[in-house]
Formats: sequence, C-alpha cells, structure tokens
Amino acid sequence: MEKFEPVIVAFCCHYCAYTAADMAGSQRLPYPANVKIIRVPCSGKVDALHIIKAFEKGADGVYVAGCLEGDCHFKNGNERAARRIAYVKNYLEEIGIESERLEMVMISAGMGQRFAQTATEITEKIRALGPSPIRTATAL
Amino acid sequence: MITAERKPLEELIEFIRPYKRILLLGCNECVTVCAAGGRKEVGLLASGLQMALLKSGSNIEIRQHTLERQCDPEYVEELVPMLDGAEAIMSMACGCGVQQLAGRFRDKPVFPAVNTKFMGASERQGVWAERCQGCGNCLLGVTGGICPIARCAKQLMNGPCGGSTGGHCEISDDVDCVWQLIWDRLKALGQTERYLDIMPAKDWRPAGGSGPRKIIREDLAE
Repeated sequence: MEKFEPVIVAFCCHYCAYTAADMAGSQRLPYPANVKIIRVPCSGKVDALHIIKAFEKGADGVYVAGCLEGDCHFKNGNERAARRIAYVKNYLEEIGIESERLEMVMISAGMGQRFAQTATEITEKIRALGPSPIRTATAL
Repeated sequence: MITAERKPLEELIEFIRPYKRILLLGCNECVTVCAAGGRKEVGLLASGLQMALLKSGSNIEIRQHTLERQCDPEYVEELVPMLDGAEAIMSMACGCGVQQLAGRFRDKPVFPAVNTKFMGASERQGVWAERCQGCGNCLLGVTGGICPIARCAKQLMNGPCGGSTGGHCEISDDVDCVWQLIWDRLKALGQTERYLDIMPAKDWRPAGGSGPRKIIREDLAE
C-alpha cells in the first residue's frame, strides 16, 4: 500500500494564525505540506458546513486556528468557533467519523513556532489515525 | 415560531435506506430561525447522510432544496418539476410542512427529518423556550402577558400551587414558577387586584378538545 499522506485543512484567522503561518515562513520553520491553509477573516466565520464539506470532499483532518482567548479582533469570534467545533465534533461521531479529526487551536500572530509545531503535531496525529473513513469508502 | 430539533441520524438513515434518490427539503420560515431545518441545516444533513451511508457501502443521490414555506400550497407547487426521479422526500420542516407535502404528492413517501417541539420564543442566541400552546382563547390580557397554559406544568388557572418555591417550579430549578412571574408582573403594573379574580375552569374545546381546528376566513377563502 502507498504511504498514507493525510490531507488536512486548516482554517486560519487572518489576524492571528494566518499571520503566524507567515511568521513561521519568515523564520524558515518547516511544517508539513499536508496542511492546506484557508484564510478566514475570523475563526468565528468558519461554519459547521465548511467543516463538514471539507470531510465530505476527502479531508482526513480539519482544524480551525483562532486568536488566543480574549484576543479576538471581533470580540468573541474565537469563542463562538470553539463552541461550534464542539458541536461539529458530536455530529462527526454521529456520522461515524472520529471526532479527533477535528480540532480548535489558538495561536497568536507572533507564534510562528507554535504554528509550525501545531501543524506538525496535528499531521502526525491524523497520520496515526489513518485515512478518513469517507476517503476510504470513496476509494472503494 | 414553531421550534424543532433534528432527529438522530440513525433514525433518518433507516427511513431512506431503501431509496437511491431522495429530495431533502428545507423550509425558510420557523425552522430556519431555530436552526433546525433551513438551507444550512439541509446542507449539513445532506452531507452527513451522504457520508454515513457511504461508510456503510451504499450510495444515494440527495438533491437539496429549500422552500420559502412548506406549509403553503403555492410554494409546494414549485416542487413538481424537481420531483422527477426522486423516490422519496425528506422534509426538514415542522409537521405542518411534512403533511402538506404528503397531501400534495400522494405517490411519494415523505419522511420527517425533525421532531417538531413547540411554539416558542428565543430567550437568547441558541435558546428557545415554550411560550404558547395555541389554546384558542388567549388569557395574556389578564395574566400580565405571561401564559399559565404554556408555562405552568399543571396549567393552573389560579396559581401558584404548593410546589412553587423561591420562584421556581417543583419540577425543576431551571423552570420558573409562572404564577410567581405573573404576580411579580402584576405588582409592577400596579394591577394586583386582578390576581384576586378567580378564573373559571378553562373551556378546552377551542384548544383542540373538540377535534382538529380550522380557521375559515370567508372574505379570503376560495
């Protein structure tokens, strides 16, 4: 069997995690190419539908990266996102997809190191979990 | 609004398992507002069903559409061209919408995707609470605008009962004693004398006690 390379979608807030990704780049910090970044104006913009669609289209893992607690540019978008993630995790379990495939993380704009580390850790976690059951079922 | 909650995915899958092509229908009215069966929920459910079925080795085509109102025949008519090839319909509207579809499309099985709950109001974002039972003879004018029919577990007309403690109902600390609320409100309005009027036993016939209800407006009816 070919080596499994997970597809991971990272919804990154423009004001923090996306800038942190830039910072990681300027610092020449490597992180896995498995992580496909989608820039959003706020983590609170990420809807349950975006996440579910990502899994439907074959993502093995999804994470939403928002600002640190209390630092949201739009007051509390990151808190809303975190509650939404908890809700979608339950829905994923109902569908039969491991909820560990979805995470909410909080990263500030200056944390290039943490961005790279998080991307690496999540990639390794999803690699260990194996392909998403949807991807496996679609391949059959 | 009429509130609803999605049924468990497992139950919905059992409904549609025999079919290859279904139409999943949302409603733009009440169920959209209470985030149970609007366009977004239709999208989420379609993806969820699709993925859950895919996992169990079956593939089904789920077409999605959301009507302005499922409880109105003029909107339901829109569906006629969309039903070609659809073996069944799953509706995310309240029970009224589901029945409207079942009445119009007699040869198609129609399944409810939500459990219709109650007529309620939004307390805050994401929280809806029962406020009206459609009893057919509104008492709000004499109870300070607070309904003992919808909000008292015993539907007492002359409350409170002995189970009211510290403003809470004995069934749960999370439930306010509605008669306490009514008293507080009458006090604030300077209308406490109203509380002394004994309300007669309620006539439940307009509440549905004499069978299904209907409103006919002669000036509008065709």
